[in-house]
Order: sequence, then structure tokens, then C-alpha cells
Amino acid sequence: MAIEDDVLVIGGGLAGMTAALAAAREGAGVRVVSHKESTLRSASGLVDVLGYPPERAPGSASGDADPGASVRGEDENADPAARSRRERAADGPLVDPFEAIPDLPESHPYRRVGVEGVRDALDLFDDAVGDRYRGGHTDRNALVPTHGGRIKPTARYPASAAAGLASDDRPALLVGFETVTDFDAPLAAAHLESAGVPFAARGVTVRFPGGFRADARLTRFADALDSNERVEIGGSGGSYTESLPAREALAEVVKDRLRGEQRVGFPALLGQHDAAGVRESLEAELGAAVFEVPMGPPSLPGLRLEGALVSACRDAGVRFSTGNPVVGYETATGPGGDGEIAAVRVDRNGASVPFHAESFVLATGGLVGKGIDSDREGVKEPIFDCHVSHPSDRYDWFEDETFGDHPFARFGVETDDDLRPLDSRGALEFPNLRACGAVLGGYDFAAEKSGAGVSLATGRAAGLAAAREGLEA
Amino acid sequence: MSDARNPDDTDDTDDVRQEATVDDEAFEPVAVFGESEEMDLRPGSDDCYKCSTCDTACPVAEVDDEFPGPKFQGPEQWRLKRKGDHDIDESVMSCSNCMRCDDACPSDVPLSQMHNTARGEYVKNGMSRLSREYVRNRMLANYRTLARLGSTVPRLTNFLMGNSVVQTLNEKLLGITSEREFPEFAEETFREWWESRGGANVESDDKRVAYFHGCYANYNTPAVGKAAVRVFESFGYEVLVPPQRCSGTPMFANGMLDDAERAAEVNVEELAAAIEDGADIIASCTSCSMSLRQEYPELFDFEGTASVAARTYEAVEYLRLFEDLDGALEDSEIEGQEFAYHAPCHARNQGIAGQAVELLDRLDGASAEDVGPSCSGISGTYGWKQEKYDTSMAIGAEMFEHMEDADAETGLTECPTCAMQMEHGTGYEVRHPLEVLEAALVE
Ligand SMILES: Cc1cc2nc3c(=O)[nH]c(=O)nc-3n(C[C@H](O)[C@H](O)[C@H](O)COP(=O)(O)OP(=O)(O)OC[C@H]3O[C@@H](n4cnc5c(N)ncnc54)[C@H](O)[C@@H]3O)c2cc1C
Ligand code: SF4
Ligand code: SF4
Repeated sequence: MAIEDDVLVIGGGLAGMTAALAAAREGAGVRVVSHKESTLRSASGLVDVLGYPPERAPGSASGDADPGASVRGEDENADPAARSRRERAADGPLVDPFEAIPDLPESHPYRRVGVEGVRDALDLFDDAVGDRYRGGHTDRNALVPTHGGRIKPTARYPASAAAGLASDDRPALLVGFETVTDFDAPLAAAHLESAGVPFAARGVTVRFPGGFRADARLTRFADALDSNERVEIGGSGGSYTESLPAREALAEVVKDRLRGEQRVGFPALLGQHDAAGVRESLEAELGAAVFEVPMGPPSLPGLRLEGALVSACRDAGVRFSTGNPVVGYETATGPGGDGEIAAVRVDRNGASVPFHAESFVLATGGLVGKGIDSDREGVKEPIFDCHVSHPSDRYDWFEDETFGDHPFARFGVETDDDLRPLDSRGALEFPNLRACGAVLGGYDFAAEKSGAGVSLATGRAAGLAAAREGLEA
Repeated sequence: MSDARNPDDTDDTDDVRQEATVDDEAFEPVAVFGESEEMDLRPGSDDCYKCSTCDTACPVAEVDDEFPGPKFQGPEQWRLKRKGDHDIDESVMSCSNCMRCDDACPSDVPLSQMHNTARGEYVKNGMSRLSREYVRNRMLANYRTLARLGSTVPRLTNFLMGNSVVQTLNEKLLGITSEREFPEFAEETFREWWESRGGANVESDDKRVAYFHGCYANYNTPAVGKAAVRVFESFGYEVLVPPQRCSGTPMFANGMLDDAERAAEVNVEELAAAIEDGADIIASCTSCSMSLRQEYPELFDFEGTASVAARTYEAVEYLRLFEDLDGALEDSEIEGQEFAYHAPCHARNQGIAGQAVELLDRLDGASAEDVGPSCSGISGTYGWKQEKYDTSMAIGAEMFEHMEDADAETGLTECPTCAMQMEHGTGYEVRHPLEVLEAALVE
């Protein structure tokens, strides 16, 4: 008899959860089947819509990089190739991403949903995450400092990053911790200053108070701050120790280092469940605004965002089946079947289990999420074998230069305006399948800074269309 | 429904078993360590890109500062090992084998498989056979042997185990915590009941399941086993109860791989024979089904291992896939029952974590509230160890809190040791979903 829902979403990342949320709020019975936890745990937690214009003609020279000349975006997690591509897009960050959307190439996923589709998706997002996120008051990109001391143009940022914006001219003290080596505060401060930010930035490195192990995980610090557990700190001269609540102890360490800065930035580890409370306590102790600098994986802002979206989905009645991959599908047979997908098959440790639905959403991510697979033979979408256009000669996947504009970054599924995947001749692969997020082709999210935005916009649109179809049936 | 199970009807999308039989010739066990003596973590560890996501999922690392976390236990340990003569770090004994790290890793690094094998090597080379820890772990791992002895004289055993002098002795001599009360042994084991009832009440050539009851349903909670039999019989199934040994779960968790291998060999042989007779395998304990489905093929390659893995299901999952369980529940009702449901880690691993809640949604009079994604903290034998007791309770704290917050006074879970922990932390009575199904569906 098996398991049956109106809409089945494959993939539990940002795109999949957005599709599920949108569909469930339309009244459809929705299930998300996801192999692994989402990649949000590794993502910065920033929600970019469009930070840089894409290359006008892929492969064409687009001006030389002029490092340090202006405020320039950077993503420490991106590969060097993407970084260089971006640096060649010397136009600098976009002020208003919405203005640029209509000029994007026809193949770009934003062109499928239009500017209004992107706006509606951000509304859905704002509603789901509530006051955890900021940025909805304006169309303009916010400039958020990252842990390498670069500036990233983004549309929505966690409330915890709000006091750190680069457009703010209050002097800032960046505080790094000896054992959190991903954030070198003095270096980040120097980078910010050389990028021409309108404020004085200074960085110091301190020891996180308490006897934490040298390789303590970020989540361990976050837990200590959440619960405000007592930690031992050495008294002056090291002759005695006293114990203080963690938030107070941390403020004590930082206080001595403040030289009148009005805001203090920490690596993003200020609490997981009570981030607002942690910031509030620190601000009260320090008499200065406190902000977090987004970090690489694992990322607390990413974890918090994942938590917020999962609860929004649960509240809307979305069901989750996590832990096993979808490996194949069944089409309906007999009269009226017309090639629709009837069920997908999930591999449960060797047993193949069908999940039935009226309508399906493919949200399995790109090369990172394993939604697009590449091997010596070529590039493919592994579940439905949807068409992924790519040069048949492997050598054409890459530019000659190591840091060139590699076509593979744009590999992915192509769709019609209803986000239904198309085969190599431009015909529908399946009438009741839609695709969203990084599995889509036609854009390079690392270079243009549009990762989360494309997932939200296409996720919402795919979810709504699937719900319509699922409820009709 | 039975036509959907006709093997000739190959177009039927409901026939889950169509692709489920795996040819043993074609099956290759994943050789993480190559020769069992030669530790070779290479394939897995090369896939690790050090993102540390696994560490954020580990319940032990969350509360135990001494525990370096799954990334160290798996991929990093191997890298060290490759560089030179590095022994397995004893911290691997603090891993509770909850397998949450497996689900978190975006790169398919087989973490728990690495931990299981590393633990095996540590126990083999690093732990004295005479040490108290070894003796205690071996005893806990071989719970079935104890249980078999205990249940021959259940009243005496229950009396002794509940006796505080004995509990103190256990703690002092063996390092088994005196904080917990030993589970009571049933006066009639499941198998005794099965025999006295004369075995199966339903015979059928095309609907047949072999029930892997495991140790706990046999010796401690035969009501769960009986519920399984009655519910399946009500759907017209012939139930087989093949001879069986411990699934091996507590043995893997304690690094007793030789014991586990011996038990697994018997189980695979018996269950493969049942498959020959046309049965699929069902289990009521999620750690047992996980062991048959995932750990056996990861660690052993007896003949039949792959087909046993592919044909094993958690009992409720099975009914949901092959019968109209949702419909049957919609047509029934029970008297007002609210449950605080905890999804065992090993249910998560099999992708069936939300199932019980979804099913009770359909049943008039019952409801189940999920008490959240945290780990119960007991992880089988882990929470029984005196030195692990505090860690175990610290991990469980979140679940206890959520249980207290839920509008229910009764717990619900598929895992017998999670049930113990739930009961221990809240004083709630805890039921198995099969017992609820029995109350709803069987006259
Ligand atoms: C390191 C990193 C940093 C990032 N930083 C930013 C940033 O600063 N700003 C920004 O806007 N965006 C950023 N992103 C991008 C963003 O977070 C999302 O990754 C992106 O929006 C893609 O989302 P998605 O849902 O399409 O795919 P993913 O998040 O990759 O999710 C895919 C999901 O599908 C599941 N899946 C895959 N195959 C199967 C299968 N066969 N069966 C079942 N489930 C399957 C996976 O387990 C996963 O849960 C970053 C991403 C990464 C990885
Ligand atoms: S199996 Fe569980 S306890 Fe062991 S390392 Fe992985 S997450 Fe931690
Ligand atoms: S989650 Fe996987 S890839 Fe990341 S550190 Fe852990 S084992 Fe390595």
C-alpha cells in the first residue's frame, strides 16, 4: 500500500525545505525525503540574492582584477577558481540585486520565476524565520564582513551579524580566540581596513575563558554560552582561580582590550539556542554592541537557520523521512499514465521502498549536495537521469587557466518556466516533476553570490506548482 | 493487497521486493579494513574533507569534553595510523555507537563502520582480558547469556537484581551503575509463550514473515513480541519464529567483534533459511533491524548476509509498506491515549524516525507528540556503565525535559533501551508502537 502524499520533495536543503513549506501552506500533504542533513550546516547562514553580475559572455575577458581598490566580496569557502572569476568581474558588488535580475541571461533560474517570484520567496523566508534575520527593510544589498576580513554583499543576514555591517561607521574591535584558528582577528581587521571600510577596525586574539580543550568544537563554546555554565578563570597574577558564568567570564576577558570601540565582533559561536540572550548579556557587560562574524563549516548561523526552517516546516505539517537516498522511480503504467512519475524508490539499507505522490520536487543540490554527479563518462542527474547539458569533451569543462571561468560551475538541469526539467530536445522529462535549487543549471552561485536566493525563489515556485498539481489530482 | 505481492506482477510499483533480492555473488562487502588484522581506513578517510559537521551531530561530544568526536575517531585516527605506529585511542570506547555521525556527513564517510572496527581492534590489542572493564563489557555485551540464566529463575533474579546489596556489589565489582534498576525478567519468555500456544495460528503460502524478536522482547517484554505476532496474524500473515541469537548490537558497541560474528553467523543462516521458505524478516527492536540491515553487510560476508539485509524490515514499517495500515488505523479507534514519542537514533538511521507519529495521527483516540531529535543517551549498554552513567543522563536531559513538557504521561518508542532510559528519567510507563497497534487492530 506504501506511503502516499500529495507532494514529495527529494532533498532537505534550503531549496527542498522552502518547496515543502510553500506547498504545505497551500494545504497539500507534503513529505521531504532526504539522504543527509542539509548543507546549511556548512553554509555561512547568509542569504544572498545576487551579489555580483554574472559574466556577460562566459569565457570572455571582463577586466583585470584590481585587488584592494574597493570594497569587494569574498567567500572563504569558495574555491580559488570562483574567487578569481569574481575578481575578474571587476564591476564590484551589486547595490540592488532586484534591478539586475531582468538583465540576467535567459538561461538563469531567476528568469524562470521573475523578480516578483524572488520577492515573494523572500517574504516567505522572512515570515518563516521571524526576527532571527534582518535585511528585509531594503532592496539594497547589505555588506557583511566575513571571517577572512572580506566584505560580502547579501540580501538577508542573521540578526547576530547586524551590528557588524560594513556600512556602519562605528569603530569595531574584532576578537579572535587562540584555539579557533579559522578566524585570525588582527588579520581580518587589517583586511577590512585595506578594503577601505568606513570605520576603524582592530583585532585582538584572546584565550576563551575556562579549561576548554585545545581542539574544542565551536558548538562546545556555543553550549557553554547558551547555558551560561560556570567556567574557571585565573585571577590576576594567576595566583588563584575563580569561577564565573561563561558570558560574564568572556566579557571580563574582552573588557581590558577595549579601547573605546563601540562594537565588538566575535567568530560565530555565541550560542546555538539562545543566541539573542547571549548577545544581550555580552552587550550589557561590555557596554558595546556585539556581533558575530560568519564562519566556515560547521557553521552556527547555518545550524540555527536549519533549525528555524525545520520547525517552520513541522508547524506547517511537513513530514520528514531522513537518512536514506532516493535511488530511482516508477512511472505510472496503464491508461492515463502518460509518463507521470508514480513513486520514487528509497534505498533503505538494501531494501527498496516506494514513496508515492501526485507531484514531485527534485531538490538534491549541485555537485556538493550530490544532486549532480560527474564521472569520466559525463555529467548526470542520478535519480531521474534528467538531461544535463555539458560539452561531451571533458577538456571543455574547464578553462585552460586554473582560475578561469569553468563551464562546469553552471552545469545542471534545465527547465521550462514552470520549473519542469527538459530533455535534450527541449521536451518535458516528466509532467509532474519540478526542480529547484542547486540542481538547476545556468548559474554559478559561488561567483555571482546567489546560492540561497536561487534556492528560495525556485524552491517556493516549485513547491506552489507541485501543491497545485497534487491537490488537483 | 496480496496481488501486489505476486512476483510475476513485475510492473507493480507497490512490490517493494522486486529489486530487493540481492545476488550474493554480486555483493561485495565494503572492505574498510581489508584484512581484518590490517587496519585500512583509507577509502573512507580520503572522502573526508574535514568540515567537522559530524562533530556537531555527536551527542557524546556535546556533553563530554574528554571525547574528541567522530571526525577524530574515524578519518583522523586513520591518518595518524598511516603515518606510523599509532594505536587506536581508548576514547573510541566512549563512542556510544548511536550512528548519528553517519547521517550528518555530507561526504558519505562510513563513520560508524570505522568506529566499530576501531573499537574491535582496540579491545583486541589494547584491553586486558583480565581487566574489570573487559569483564564487565563482555558481560553486558552478552546480555542474552545472562538473560537466559536469569529468566530460568525469574523471580529469584528479579529479587536479587532489585536488591540494593547486589546493586552495590555490581557497581563496586563490575562497574555497573547502581543508579539503574535492572529490567525485570518475564515469568514466561516470548518463546515459551510461542511454544505453549502451539506456534503460528495462521498459515499462508504467500504472506509469511519471520520474526526476529531479539533478546529483549523475549526475556523482558514478551508483550511486544506477542503484539507483533497478533498484529501480523490479523493481517493474515503466517509468522515464523526461527531460532536466533543476539543481533550483535551490544557486542559491536563494546568492541566484541568475535562474539558478534559468532552470533551473526547463526542468525544469517537461520534467517536465510526462512527467506528460502518465502518469508521476509521483521524485527520489533530498531537496533536489531539496523544490525541485520547495515552492520552485518558492513562487517561480515557470510553467505546470505546481503539477502538477509535486503529482506529485513522494522515490523511496523513492513505493514505500512505491504498492507493498508494507514487505512486500517483510520477505521479504528482506541480509548484516549496520548504518548510522548522518542525516535531512537537507530530508527533515524533507517529513515523511519517519524513513522509512529504519522500513524497515530490516523488513529482516533490516540496521538503521539515527538519529543524532539535529541538522543536518549542510554545507547544500549552504554548507560549501564558506572563511568558513563553521568554522560548518559546528561545526554538524556533534553529528552526528559521535552517528555515532561508534552501533554502525555506515557512514553512511546521502538527501542527497548531507549524505553528504559525514558522510564528511568521520567518515571513514565513506556509502550512500543506494536502494542498500540495491537490495542487498535486486534480484537
Ligand atoms: C560551504 C557552503 C557555503 C555556502 N555559503 C553560502 C552563502 O554564504 N550564501 C548563500 O546564499 N549561499 C551559500 N551556500 C549555498 C546554500 O547554502 C545552499 O547550499 C544552496 O542554496 C543549495 O541548496 P539546495 O537545497 O539546492 O542543495 P543542498 O543544500 O545541497 O541540499 C541537497 C539535499 O538533497 C539531499 N540529497 C541529495 N541527493 C539525494 C538523494 N538521492 N536522495 C535523497 N536526498 C538527496 C542531500 O542530502 C541534501 O540534504 C553555501 C553552500 C555551501 C556548501
Ligand atoms: S556513533 Fe554517535 S557517539 Fe559515536 S562518534 Fe558517532 S555520533 Fe558520536
Ligand atoms: S562530516 Fe564527513 S567530511 Fe565532514 S569532517 Fe566529518 S567525516 Fe569528514
